[in-house]
Amino acid sequence: MSVGDKTIETTNGLSRATKHPVQQITIRTDSREILANARRDIERYKLHDYFIVDVDSHHVEFDSWGEILDRLENPVLRHNAKAMTQDWPNAKQLAFSNHPVGLTFQDVFGRIPHQAQLAEDVEKSAEHRDLTLIRRAMESLGIKMQVVFPQPMLEMGLHPEQDIVTAMTFAYNRWFTETILPCEKRVKSLLCLPFHDPEASMKTIHEFGEKPGVVGFMVTSQRHAGVHRNMYMKIYRELEERGLPLAFHAGPSWGDTMTSTMNRFLAVHSMSFVTCNMTHMANWIVNGLPERFPKLKVIWIESGLAWVPFMMQRLDHEYLMRQSDAPLLKRLPSEYIADMYFTSQPMEVTMPHMLEATMKAIRAETQLMYSSDWPHWDFDVPARIAALPFLNEQAKRNILGENARRVFRL
Amino acid sequence: MPATSQRVFVGTSGDVPPNGRLVVDVGAITIGIFRVDGKLYAYQNTCAHQGGPVCQGKMVPRVTEVIEPDGSSRGFAFDESDPHIVCPWHGFEYSIKTGTHPGRSSARLIRVNVEEAPDGIYVTV
Repeated sequence: MSVGDKTIETTNGLSRATKHPVQQITIRTDSREILANARRDIERYKLHDYFIVDVDSHHVEFDSWGEILDRLENPVLRHNAKAMTQDWPNAKQLAFSNHPVGLTFQDVFGRIPHQAQLAEDVEKSAEHRDLTLIRRAMESLGIKMQVVFPQPMLEMGLHPEQDIVTAMTFAYNRWFTETILPCEKRVKSLLCLPFHDPEASMKTIHEFGEKPGVVGFMVTSQRHAGVHRNMYMKIYRELEERGLPLAFHAGPSWGDTMTSTMNRFLAVHSMSFVTCNMTHMANWIVNGLPERFPKLKVIWIESGLAWVPFMMQRLDHEYLMRQSDAPLLKRLPSEYIADMYFTSQPMEVTMPHMLEATMKAIRAETQLMYSSDWPHWDFDVPARIAALPFLNEQAKRNILGENARRVFRL
Repeated sequence: MPATSQRVFVGTSGDVPPNGRLVVDVGAITIGIFRVDGKLYAYQNTCAHQGGPVCQGKMVPRVTEVIEPDGSSRGFAFDESDPHIVCPWHGFEYSIKTGTHPGRSSARLIRVNVEEAPDGIYVTV
């Protein structure tokens, strides 16, 4: 009579219990099983009927690290990286990367397995394993198009050796545009710029700007570069003329002056992503870059939303008293911010009235784009947006996909 | 979900070992049954946060922090008397005994009636 692995008839014959095939979710569990409850949301909120675009998700390039290193153009750097992978016990998937200590804290020490790795089995086929995993997540979440980013590569913006940053950024971009993007039209990407080097950034735009699936470019994790410096203007002009968005994808660092005082990753993660984007936004606004590049679409990624009304109020307050510090501005900082674009994740929902006010302030109906951040530990399912009681039907459709369709010309 | 409740056999007592669990599907409902200090607890497999598969998560004792009378910290400790179930989607933790998040009592799991009869374990759905 043990339930074991078989179906058990109940005593009354009306219902029966079946032992669930997965008793505990681990790093080896199939993504479709991990996300099975999200598929229920698709029915519940009728999401089949929505054009859902996920503007921030990730694949795991660790598994393809050797292929990326093979694309290092400089033979000495390629030799050095490959030698590292062969001789150091843990460098096969890390050579030349900038993998900081905090990243391995993200899974809360085994509590959130999918953050650590997706080590599930995939069928043997000609398709790249990463693409299979992307498809599984899209299917489970009801996503029609997905903007996919790397993971450890996002930390390259804080790598201390700038020649390696440039070389690795090109190598990864080549690998992704050769291996993943041409194989699935529903997968898109904003490619990383080697932002410290404007010439290399321009070369990146020229080499990859028209590749299939490339819908823009982004600055990642970097927070020590003043985005207002004259050397970057050519990048903004080039993107504006091409009609391609510039995104700022925040990243955490436990090594910043501020976060170095913190002893818990909770505090680091809460503050570090947001201050990364706050720094760039402050410089972007007070230096009048929206006036200089009025048609350039700017997107702020992976900092949630609660920081935005703070920035709006704070910058407005100071600007009115110090107008001479920001002479290019013709409007309030908050009005420029309301013309920018934001991705939703990780959306702070514990105070719904404040979230509602935030969405009004940023004009979410036209400026906000849903993002999952899957498979990261704080990912958001599409139901997060679909369930919001204060949004009307059209606003939900816009945030879940129509705004992205317009911004990226999908 | 049937209009009337049903008492459903889910397994023998041995199928839910001490400090262990059994996750079963009853129709469209997935239920986790846990045994702590000899007593059974059962919850629907839906996290109060974003609906994640909480009962399929990691079981780990509640983490506490040891504080000296003078207010200084002596670091983390496990409270073995309060095992938690952790939602694998985002890490929301619940006391298995109470079904509530230790920091926000309104975040609670959906309890399922469970009983241990001489011939095995039953839930009422």
